[in-house]
Amino acid sequence: MRYLYYPGCSLEGSAREYGQATEALMKALGVQMTEVEDWTCCGASAAEARSRLLALALSGRNLALAEQMDHMDILVPCSACYLNLAKSNIEIGTDEHLRAKVNEILAEEGLSVRGKARPRHLLDILATDIGAEAVATGLARPLTGLVVAPYYGCQCLRPLAAFDDPENPQSMKALIEATGAKALAWPMGAKCCGAALMNTKPEVGLTLTGKILENARTADAIVTVCPMCQMNLEAYQKKISKRLASDISISVIYLPQLLGLAMGIDAKELGLDSNLAITPDFRRFLTATTAEAC
Amino acid sequence: MNKVDQVPAAYRSNAEANREMDDIGRMIRACIQCGTCSGSCPNEFAMDLTPRRLWRLVLLGQEEEIFSSTTFCLCSACYYCTLRCPRGLPLTEAMYRLKQAAARRKVKAYRTSEAFYGSFLESVRRHGRVRESEFMTLYFSAMKNPLLPLRFASLGLKLMAKGKVDLRPPSRGDMRLAALFDKVARLESRQLTRNDR
Ligand code: SF4
Ligand code: SF4
Repeated sequence: MRYLYYPGCSLEGSAREYGQATEALMKALGVQMTEVEDWTCCGASAAEARSRLLALALSGRNLALAEQMDHMDILVPCSACYLNLAKSNIEIGTDEHLRAKVNEILAEEGLSVRGKARPRHLLDILATDIGAEAVATGLARPLTGLVVAPYYGCQCLRPLAAFDDPENPQSMKALIEATGAKALAWPMGAKCCGAALMNTKPEVGLTLTGKILENARTADAIVTVCPMCQMNLEAYQKKISKRLASDISISVIYLPQLLGLAMGIDAKELGLDSNLAITPDFRRFLTATTAEAC
Repeated sequence: MNKVDQVPAAYRSNAEANREMDDIGRMIRACIQCGTCSGSCPNEFAMDLTPRRLWRLVLLGQEEEIFSSTTFCLCSACYYCTLRCPRGLPLTEAMYRLKQAAARRKVKAYRTSEAFYGSFLESVRRHGRVRESEFMTLYFSAMKNPLLPLRFASLGLKLMAKGKVDLRPPSRGDMRLAALFDKVARLESRQLTRNDR
């Protein structure tokens, strides 16, 4: 299996462990990834808040670069990048007038886009193409006894609903269970973490994230598939515990980190040292399971 | 404020500003005021107008009320309303359009968000990929609020401890995407002038 790879800016910055884990996991699964050459920012949620044409041009540039390469499925781990690329791809592919305009902008760099690439979320590729069986087959360190809350967030699900039920998503369940862990059934998997409101309207962001963390009490860890969700869930636990007057601290890790651990990849290689919320209990669990494997 | 006399600086004419609102109105014209959007919105509890009421005001062209409300600033683009609206209206996109309009009108309530997004985009314009610490530095200086950095201090320290803070100082960079940004701006102003005639 081969994919183009669009890491996006946060995987080079505050979410670099998401990038590390994705690369390590894909290597272990025998999947080849080729980085989109010379990629630039997709515009995040900033471009569309300023100008629709700017948002289309920033995503369009990356789609054009991908189209120049020889296969069209682009693996995208960040949900915001995924939605920007996928939405722009549809709009550019279906609206001729818009396509001409975007191409007029890209022509400055000698690029042009047709809207023929296929941006896909990492979770989609893991659940649909690779499948839970591949993880189960490669199982080297069963995570038996661990309870994991699958957190999907918004933009990998809505509005496109490309690979899962946008209200009641299930695609992570089989993957989590393939590791030997138990997937928590909970109502918060598809709810909003507040996204950028954590910065622009912190009171609102903390309320939304707080509700998610409160509902994860019976789990040992939350898994995420988006740098923004991950940061909101891991970085403000102390503040939220204070607000709620109760300790909601919990480990928060990326899905490829969980799968990678189960497949016996070293925690360091999965960037686990870079996570902001790993509880002492979780560390003890890992040490114990490593010993077992040896 | 008389909106006919007061042309926002970023527009060349009232016609431009009005057309922008008309466009948003067209996007949601089929609204039947059922309230599904309000009931689905995770941030409704913090809004002064529910999304349903906001769409009503858009249909009525009540600009002053729209832009003195904080509702559109509180949209976190979760797409629940877009998914569930029985008329299939592109509501999240319409919220984005209101944000764009608010940025051009220099609406006060939107200043924080605009400074945040604007600083992000400036870093992208300079380097092609956002540099998170430069982005935050630009944001703090745009907000001119000496207390603001304090709010981010504990996060900054956490990230620093993990070696996740990019220590390169803000710089002009190679203006990697300046040409793209300029071209977008030129096209947008050309389109506006053409439509005015
Ligand atoms: S859900 Fe759609 S139709 Fe119902 S009030 Fe909201 S915008 Fe109008
Ligand atoms: S997309 Fe925005 S307005 Fe719609 S439900 Fe989500 S936060 Fe509310």
